[in-house]
Amino acid sequence: MSGRASELPWWADAIIIPALNLALAFFVSALLLLALGESPLECTGILLTGAFGSGEGIGYTLFYATNFIFTGIAFAVAFQAGLFNIGVEGQAYIAGLGVALASLYFEHLPQPLIILLAIVFSAAFGAAWAFVPAYLQAKRGSHLVITTIMFNYIAQSLMIFLLNDVLRPADDMTPETRIFAPSATLPHITNLFGLDASQSPLNLAFIWALIVAAGYSVLIGRTRLGYELRTLGSSPGAASYAGMDVTRLTITALMISGGIGGFLALNEVMGAQDRVRESFTGGYGFVGIAVALMGRNRSIGIILASILFGALYQGGAELAFDKPTINRDMIVLVQGLVILSVGALEHMFRPAVGRLLALRGARVQEA
Amino acid sequence: MAVEKSDTAATAAIELKGIDKRFGAVHANKAVSLTVAPGTIHGIVGENGAGKSTLMSILYGFYQADAGEIWVSGKHCSIRTPSDAIAAGIGMVHQHFMLVEPFTVLENVVLGAEGGARLGKGLDTARASLEKLGTTYAMTVPLDRPVSELAVGVQQRVEILKALFRGAEILILDEPTGVLTPAEADHLFRVLDQLRQQGKTVIFITHKLREIMAITDSVSVMRRGEIVGTLKTKDTTPQQLAELMVGRNVRLKVDKAPRQPGAEVLVVRGLSAKDNRGTTRLRDVSFSIREGEIVGIAGVAGNGQSELLEVLAGIRRRSGGEILLEGQALDPMRTSPSKLRQMHVAHVPEDRHRMGLVMSFVASENSILGYQDDARYTPHGFLDRGAILDDTKRNMSDYDCRPANPGLRAASFSGGNQQKLVLAREFERDPRLLIVGQPTRGVDIGAIEFIHKRLVAMRDAGKAILVVSVELDEIRALSDRILVMFDGRIVGERGPEASEQDLGLLMAGIESEAAKAGAAA
Repeated sequence: MSGRASELPWWADAIIIPALNLALAFFVSALLLLALGESPLECTGILLTGAFGSGEGIGYTLFYATNFIFTGIAFAVAFQAGLFNIGVEGQAYIAGLGVALASLYFEHLPQPLIILLAIVFSAAFGAAWAFVPAYLQAKRGSHLVITTIMFNYIAQSLMIFLLNDVLRPADDMTPETRIFAPSATLPHITNLFGLDASQSPLNLAFIWALIVAAGYSVLIGRTRLGYELRTLGSSPGAASYAGMDVTRLTITALMISGGIGGFLALNEVMGAQDRVRESFTGGYGFVGIAVALMGRNRSIGIILASILFGALYQGGAELAFDKPTINRDMIVLVQGLVILSVGALEHMFRPAVGRLLALRGARVQEA
Repeated sequence: MAVEKSDTAATAAIELKGIDKRFGAVHANKAVSLTVAPGTIHGIVGENGAGKSTLMSILYGFYQADAGEIWVSGKHCSIRTPSDAIAAGIGMVHQHFMLVEPFTVLENVVLGAEGGARLGKGLDTARASLEKLGTTYAMTVPLDRPVSELAVGVQQRVEILKALFRGAEILILDEPTGVLTPAEADHLFRVLDQLRQQGKTVIFITHKLREIMAITDSVSVMRRGEIVGTLKTKDTTPQQLAELMVGRNVRLKVDKAPRQPGAEVLVVRGLSAKDNRGTTRLRDVSFSIREGEIVGIAGVAGNGQSELLEVLAGIRRRSGGEILLEGQALDPMRTSPSKLRQMHVAHVPEDRHRMGLVMSFVASENSILGYQDDARYTPHGFLDRGAILDDTKRNMSDYDCRPANPGLRAASFSGGNQQKLVLAREFERDPRLLIVGQPTRGVDIGAIEFIHKRLVAMRDAGKAILVVSVELDEIRALSDRILVMFDGRIVGERGPEASEQDLGLLMAGIESEAAKAGAAA
């Protein structure tokens, strides 16, 4: 009785199920568009052209995707160890301070050195913000979901205080830091295989995101630490049987998660806005959860899911611009439907697909 | 006699016709047909994964068959849910009881059959009919005591009463003796006999051949989803049934040459430990194990054996006492599973699903569980896949683990092959002390024989071995010395020649009660 109906071959798990879930989300979205009196086909066209039709569009899509790769990988690392880090948003927000530290206080250094410092500081600040909930979970058994959510709020209050009362230049009214010197920002990617992307904020953080994604694959699949994290996540009993230090692993996993989440600040703060603004994290930390779920916690999957969400953000903005009946909220609604169908309804199509494949398998055997 | 009646019975109590069920690629039941005569006890035996539980789950409405028909007392029934089954007069007693522990017996029995919004009236009617049932079947249970205060055997009677209260004419018992002492099992058999005399039909699922011989009228043997034989119990022998179950000859005895034990490897003195809730589970346990010796711990599950294993493996911290490993005292604060592994202690845990294996990991990943710090497998913190794969392949072929595919997930192996993966990992590192919990739980007969041989070979190679098992036959076959645990204490030591009755009394705590009374006097 080892085989259950929900056990599917990897290709069904990786391609068929997400495709079906997406199709469902888009189908419901199409019904909504029809109800609004818009043609779903036309809207899809606008969305796709907006996201992929020009160098600028692709640049924006990949810029947003960069945010999702960081937050998606951040969530996935913790999830491998069975930990639900809802706090990526707050960890990334605090990591903005790390970037500010590098870009404001070390601005006289050569650019590559500033970038290196920004990478180190953003990771360190993000990891530090994850440490407290991690410690509480590992040592005291405080529920991680509760503590990380609370730490998101604490981060928010702390940042508002710091931006208003500490980091804001005296002559400025808006709660944000001063603008970084050009040499203290990330170089933009202006040329995408011959397409001009100079109008988009796409920057070197995208390359770093791909490196982080590759590093995540190596960590999880090829290292002892990754092995231990997966053991803890799959079977806490087996982890303690094997003599793994569960406390240390829990804290390590969450700090890596917070550190990677912190890289969101690189892309937004150092790559696009050139200053630390209030709420620059924009909810990317939460969408990262859906990205990781949809990407099945694998690098490639997370990158693809990130590009999908990036396209929805960028194409959706174009759509909202073109169609007066469709506003920003409608796009958020579509994103919500995608999250609902890939996350919450993940198991809806599973039994049916399982049965279909079993039928097919039976026929092949009989033939 | 019931047996004679079944020969000529016109309508069967249960008739299954061509029941077929697949789970994905697994063909759990292949066109199974089964006829159970009314007023008889019908046994179903088979290895784990043979399809017994699936078949009964279909009969009780948990699953639906892909094909086939169910006839109950001559009527074609469509059983889609357990309530359909109950309506058709079928009751089931599960291996793990479905009782609400803080509720009283009476409340548990009426649960789901309260008979209206006002509880009092329903309880009064239930009380009357339960008292009647109790006298009819010689099953007295304290109706107003919470279930949590009752012994396991009594809880089981509550389950049976629950089914009878709902008008069951046909009772399915799934591995009912797994949790019982020998005395409780005897009592259960008397109850079943009573039920049979009153004309009820019982389907009795087990993997213990002794029980089949003791209580059933007829028996069906399942293998790989099929019924390979239905026999009259009086016309068969355990040997014949065992052969049918595995499809080849097996010996239930372990060949073991006498061996002179050597120096003491493990010495335990005055050990005590608590469980996670803070209840004391081990009290003043002392014993030792020598080189080339198998010490078996017998006892009904839940009498401190699990805690003893966990303490010795470094997973649970002891609350008192001393442990000496080859003369060296272990510091209770610094005893970790990894430290013990470095000191050549191997541990085969009782529960391979929860501890011994990560079910979602492939075989090769599982083959380094616990040894992930070994520089051979993780030089500089990176997994050496080549080395891991080599060792997994070697282990799989040495332990005849099938299918010999290191890339297959642990969950896809049968129970016996999963256990072989664990044994290979733990045995192949030249341990000095082996701690083995339930070596053959949920393992088929072929693998049991293999595992027993390996254990004896390890003993003959001079290892010190501790075996904990709830299977008395296993303990008696393997051990050089038998310790019996009851209520967290070691209540007696016997040689392997000890009789089952003698051990059974110790396991039931009868001698220790007498000793306690003596001490109090």
